[in-house]
Amino acid sequence: MSQADDARVDEFYERLKEQVEEVGYHLNSDVEFTKALLKSILVNEDRYGYGACPCRLASGIKDEDLDIICPCYYRDPDLEEYDACYCGLYVSGDILSGEKQLTAIPERRPAPDERIVRGEDETGTLGLESISNLPLPVWRCGVCGYLCAREGPPEICPICKVGKERFERFI
Amino acid sequence: MPMEHVDGEDKGKIVLFALSTCQWCRKTRLLLEELEVDFSYIYVDLLEGEERSEIIEEVKKYNPQLSFPTLVLDDGEVIVGFNEEGIREALA
Repeated sequence: MSQADDARVDEFYERLKEQVEEVGYHLNSDVEFTKALLKSILVNEDRYGYGACPCRLASGIKDEDLDIICPCYYRDPDLEEYDACYCGLYVSGDILSGEKQLTAIPERRPAPDERIVRGEDETGTLGLESISNLPLPVWRCGVCGYLCAREGPPEICPICKVGKERFERFI
Repeated sequence: MPMEHVDGEDKGKIVLFALSTCQWCRKTRLLLEELEVDFSYIYVDLLEGEERSEIIEEVKKYNPQLSFPTLVLDDGEVIVGFNEEGIREALA
């Protein structure tokens, strides 16, 4: 990426910031750090054809890296547990307000030998008999009815923006 | 791509396995420079072919999760991630 690409990074930053704020997420307020990450995501887009997480080693094979295309599958659990995503692009409200400090966090992605690549696992149609055996609980926003299957409810409802305390376990 | 070398005080062999795109890797490299120790670093994401496979296998020996930065010190201590306190302590 050359000097001329700074405009591309700025444009990406403005667009992403607006987009994520709208659905209840926050970009790191350290603009220099954040733009460096976004620049790296663009580098990865050019290099691999997909915007892999800048802090993870991409394989160059998209199907093997679906979990680490930004925003990655680990962002929400990491925001929940550590108040930031692995690379530090996304932060929680507590970090944004300065109540907590951003630090490097442990890698949640499984080791290469333990990864499950799409197509290798058999995810059949969900039958009634399996409803009590779901891999994750389903949470329901008490205000708008938004449902999500994950370990815990999101910090802010991505649809109606209410806080996590308004969520109830649904299944 | 050979290892890049940074001259400094000899604290034994120090090798940093990093990604060119990662800000935590960058912070780790800058910390080592600030500590003025002698070290080598390599950007694994810029490697290709056999060289890449070889280095990946080497990193997995120290850190099976293959995450970055992975810092390998002379006494065999491995510091994974930007652990500023841990690095300062180990190289004090």
